[in-house]
Amino acid sequence: MSPHTYLPDGLPIPVPEHNRLSAPFWEGLRQGVVRVQRNPRTGLHHFPPQWIAHDDRGFDLEWVEVEPRGRIYSWTRVWHPVHPALKDACPYIVVVVELPHADGVRMLGNLLGDPRQEVPFGAEVEAVFEHHPDGEPPFSLLQWRLT
Amino acid sequence: MAERSLRGRVAVAGVGETTYYRHGQAPEPEQVLCLKAILAACEDAGVDPADIDGFASYSNDRNDPPTLATALGCRELRFSNMQWGGGGGGGAGAMANAAAAIVGGLADCVVVYRALAQGQFGRFGQGPRARTVSGDLALSVPYGQMSPAQWYAPKAMRFMHEHGIGQEALRAIALASYHHAQANPRAVMYGRPLTEAAYDASRWITEPFHLYDCCQENDGAAAVILTPAERAKDLKQRPAYVLGAAIGAGYRVHSTPAGFATPDLASSHFQTLAPRLYAMAGLGPADVDVVQAYENFTGGVLMSLVEHGFFAADEAMDFLKLDNLIAPSGKLPLNTSGGNLAECYMHGLELQIEAVRQIRGQSTSQVPDADVSLAIAGPMVTPVSTILFGSEATL
Repeated sequence: MSPHTYLPDGLPIPVPEHNRLSAPFWEGLRQGVVRVQRNPRTGLHHFPPQWIAHDDRGFDLEWVEVEPRGRIYSWTRVWHPVHPALKDACPYIVVVVELPHADGVRMLGNLLGDPRQEVPFGAEVEAVFEHHPDGEPPFSLLQWRLT
Repeated sequence: MAERSLRGRVAVAGVGETTYYRHGQAPEPEQVLCLKAILAACEDAGVDPADIDGFASYSNDRNDPPTLATALGCRELRFSNMQWGGGGGGGAGAMANAAAAIVGGLADCVVVYRALAQGQFGRFGQGPRARTVSGDLALSVPYGQMSPAQWYAPKAMRFMHEHGIGQEALRAIALASYHHAQANPRAVMYGRPLTEAAYDASRWITEPFHLYDCCQENDGAAAVILTPAERAKDLKQRPAYVLGAAIGAGYRVHSTPAGFATPDLASSHFQTLAPRLYAMAGLGPADVDVVQAYENFTGGVLMSLVEHGFFAADEAMDFLKLDNLIAPSGKLPLNTSGGNLAECYMHGLELQIEAVRQIRGQSTSQVPDADVSLAIAGPMVTPVSTILFGSEATL
């Protein structure tokens, strides 16, 4: 495992869709910021990316930067690899992180640190931007660590 | 206008399946398995295959109705239906769609079918091999979150956390399936009992799921024939009447790869369905004699049973004990053929068949005088579905 990445290389890498819906999110991670969508009329945050606001059905969701922190809503620790790249990478921890300051939108990521650590529900976490400049194309992942 | 309901108007007249195989072991092409299961269901019902005029399936079954109707020499194709999305969550939905087509006068003899030969096509339990991912998949796959067990584990984990539920509850669900499989010669795990010690010693797949909390992957095919209730009475088998069904999910349940964003994460997504199911059937959970609950993963069964009203979440540790879950004498006999864990993962259509066999009195783990039989499809996915069958006494 590379010392700079939580999981080994070789997994499918994220690229925006042809229609670019999620591009501002991925470009934000490359720049070290977390962006989600917000309804300009009601202020309601949206994630994952959508074409339409689910509260008032406007097609003009805007991208805004949010503080890169949250709390652990749920998690799993993976022991069985289902991809060849993960053959020697288990166990690893996946956390569902809730962003209370952004209407509770949730994101996934890995919890950095000892993969055998206890994972406390509700614990505060902060974002860690895991850059893959050598990816084709380059990309960044959003990881989390306990604060 | 007549009441809008399926209750008592359609019956399952025939059920059939091929031999069930471990994944990759089927000796015949998938379409041959599919055709053989349909013919077995026709034989069981006493229906001429040429009389089939409707086909319903789910989860993008690879065998399309025009191909099947042509191959079988069906006189006329009147109903051709695919339940969208939800993987195994469409099992009861396909049954309900077939029943609705019959009630609505669109078709008279509909077969619900599912065929899987995972050796000949891709497996469910493996991650994507593409070089890149986009859309919702991109939000989970690069973090090693890429198989059904991994996607659904946080749902069960959160539910267990909120309600103080331990591993023993999941273990009891797994043990019940294996217990019943030992009486069922069709079951892939027939002759391979599971003990508490073996469960406890089994490896983790992804917490909170041990190996035995996860469904098998199998090859085979299954089929069910539905007809109008009055026609079923004249056929070979005791009819199992459709009493009620429901399909769907609640508020903003994201499809699987983005499931982490679903507001009600800790759910199998039957909260809105179960009340509709019971209302259509005119019954409640106390009336149900036997349950087949789709085990993709045991945590989904746990939540399904709570959301169908059999016990409160906070009572799960007391209720989910092996003695309560086994036929003939348990409080709530569960997965009496062995289910997805131990009979066969025929994407849950084997659970629909077992629910029918209980009404007929033909189960290998028969519940005495079973009049009301529940079959739950695909917890934690969306859309999910659920269906109640009854004997003539329930009409």
